Amino acid sequence: MDHSAAMTLEGGPVEPGMGVPNLKLGMWVFLLSEVMFFTALIGSYIILRAAQPEAFAEPGVVLNVPLTAFNTFLLICSSVTMVKAFAAIEHGDQKGLRLWLLATVAMGACFLGVQAYEYVKLVDHGFVPFAAGYAAEGGALYGATFYTMTGFHGAHVTIGVLALIWITVRAFMGKYTRASHGGVETMGLYWHFVDLVWIILFTIVYLI
Amino acid sequence: MATTSAHATAAAEPHHEPSFVRKYIFSTDHKVIGIQFLFMSLFFLLIGGLLAGVIRWQLGWPTNPDMPLPGGGLLPETMVNQGIVLPEFYNSAVTMHGTIMIFFAIMPLLVGVYANYLIPLQIGAPDMAFPKLNMASFWTAAPAGVIMLAGFFVAGGHSGAGWTQYPPLSANPEFSGVYMGQQLWLISMIVLGFSSLMGAVNYVTTVINMRAPGMTWFRLPLATWALFVTAVLILLAVPVLTGALILLLFDQTIGTTFFSPEYGGEPLLWQHLFWFFGHPEVYILILPAMGFVSEIIAAGSRKPIFGYHAMVLAIIAIAFLGWGVWGHHMFQSGMNPTLGMGFMATTMVIAVPSAIKVFNWLATMWRGDLHFHTPMLHAVAFVGMFVIGGLSGVFVASTPVDIFLHDTYFVVAHIHYVLFGGSLFALYAAITFWYPKMFGRMMNPLLGKLHFWLTVLFFNLTFFPMHNLGIAGMMRRIYDPNQYEFLRPMQELNTMISIAALLLIGTQLIFAFNFFWSLFRGEPAPANPWRANSLEWAAPSPPPHGNFARTPVVYRGPYEYSSPLSVEDYLPQDDPPAEGPEPVPAPATSH
Repeated sequence: MDHSAAMTLEGGPVEPGMGVPNLKLGMWVFLLSEVMFFTALIGSYIILRAAQPEAFAEPGVVLNVPLTAFNTFLLICSSVTMVKAFAAIEHGDQKGLRLWLLATVAMGACFLGVQAYEYVKLVDHGFVPFAAGYAAEGGALYGATFYTMTGFHGAHVTIGVLALIWITVRAFMGKYTRASHGGVETMGLYWHFVDLVWIILFTIVYLI
Repeated sequence: MATTSAHATAAAEPHHEPSFVRKYIFSTDHKVIGIQFLFMSLFFLLIGGLLAGVIRWQLGWPTNPDMPLPGGGLLPETMVNQGIVLPEFYNSAVTMHGTIMIFFAIMPLLVGVYANYLIPLQIGAPDMAFPKLNMASFWTAAPAGVIMLAGFFVAGGHSGAGWTQYPPLSANPEFSGVYMGQQLWLISMIVLGFSSLMGAVNYVTTVINMRAPGMTWFRLPLATWALFVTAVLILLAVPVLTGALILLLFDQTIGTTFFSPEYGGEPLLWQHLFWFFGHPEVYILILPAMGFVSEIIAAGSRKPIFGYHAMVLAIIAIAFLGWGVWGHHMFQSGMNPTLGMGFMATTMVIAVPSAIKVFNWLATMWRGDLHFHTPMLHAVAFVGMFVIGGLSGVFVASTPVDIFLHDTYFVVAHIHYVLFGGSLFALYAAITFWYPKMFGRMMNPLLGKLHFWLTVLFFNLTFFPMHNLGIAGMMRRIYDPNQYEFLRPMQELNTMISIAALLLIGTQLIFAFNFFWSLFRGEPAPANPWRANSLEWAAPSPPPHGNFARTPVVYRGPYEYSSPLSVEDYLPQDDPPAEGPEPVPAPATSH
């Protein structure tokens, strides 16, 4: 058996697989489907807005752009700290891993806090997702698309923060080593994806 | 392998044997999960079939007090009153027949059962890449089914907006009179989407990363190829549906206006989103069937599959082209005719890879040593029925013809030729082919053949005349065609169809009996009853936890039937070459 196996394997890379761990490959595959999910929501927004331009207000009229710009900056920074955490454990730096993960969790949580504050202010202004009681500039579709897109993104950030807390706890328990830290890397993939989606949302919902 | 040795020592140390609950209910074994999906989706196949019976009863004897619906007394008076199917329940029956058959019977049968059961066995892996995720996938699908069935029992009845759920009918409860049922429909479908997603991530990762040594991409059995490509389609298409379902659910519950024209919403947006998912879904429902049939026809013809590479490329081509054709469901929805031309052209192009597959199956059988066992009979019937369904598909894909045929029984005939004649015949082929592997017993061949011949007969008697009904102008989903003068002459044909349909449903009892009887009384199955080549037949029947005693090594493709290198008329993928270097191994271009 072993002899014939060697025979099969000689002369070419017959050992299949991508050379990528299952967890990481699975996350990439999952993120493909996430791309399609957000494409459906963003695509619907674009179509509705193109069909009913008068239902949407000019940038900055309803939405607080400077506040959200700060929030965007916060989320981008959290991606940087996520990379730093990964780089730290790649060098076996346990302390660095823990500190950078804590920073990432903190910034992710801050993002959610700012978003909640923004929602409260907007609802006070009469910017609600449903037709009944909509009192802001533009029309009901504006509120519906805004809350759907940013809400589902916020849900993804919430899941991300919870997962990050779990990863951080494991980091404090010393579960990650220089040789084995697939969880940190896979977490990073998800976190960067959520960040990337936000940059797109910020651009098309707030700026354009 | 650690898992196998643990299994072997389990008898000596009984406390190591997993408990009944861990072994059969909350199991992470891909084979158990596949069998769980099998029982769940066969149950839903029964429910969907009974709903079809309700539809045919009403159409065969419309609102006829002399012909009360059998068993109608068991249903509440809001559904069936004095034996007469009420219009609201008829709408629910039509909607739920489509929904249940597509999403809870055929799709889980094809993918939930066989992607789970076959992929690890055919690629020589001990299990899926993420066994716990796999378990979660089933235990998300089962509650989705419960939620879907619950819709029948709430006030206002179940959704009646058709399986395509076009707004504003589906979005505004005031139009349909359906409140809770509509929302349960949407919630169930969202939950089911999560199940499909977990499955798809698992299948894709497993096929890419878990293949046994020597199992290169172009040595994969076509069933695995088809299931892999299908998993990619599910991965990309289902999230679009989930997005659309969420928007519709918001419209119904919290009062958003995505699809309400009175507030600037766009009902057509739903159709675009739904069919952008829906057309790849059509291929999700047929590609695995094509994969199974390829396995069975090669084994039943004792010949290598004709044009293996062309078969793989055709699967990929169909999956790719399937993304650019969704508009052909919307020719009559108010689309720019020029755009309709484009969708017509892309749709017809799909006939090319489909025809490649059909001709390759025929060429595989040509001058083969044909063995017409039950799986082979079903597989050959698949080819014939798929050709009829494919050709009627070309009819409705032509925009000028579709003006007359859209939303008629011609479309109903078309969908049933591809989904019943295609997918379900392939599933009967697959169930009878892999049953010995799954349960370690053979199904009764005599009952199998009786079921096959009666099903083919009654299937064609039921669905072929529907083409004529459609050309005569009978609308699909209509409650009582006799309300139109011009449809009254079709009533005799409708009655004949209903009798055939009820006999078709009755015939399936033979299959059900054979399935359950053989579980206990069937002849014990050898490891390789069909003398087939792919790796699942190298494992015992049924395979133990962990599948293979040692990781198999693959030396060749899966279709080496009647090979000159072997005394037998088959040459398993893991048989070491007898002596001297074989010309097959070690292609450097494996990925």
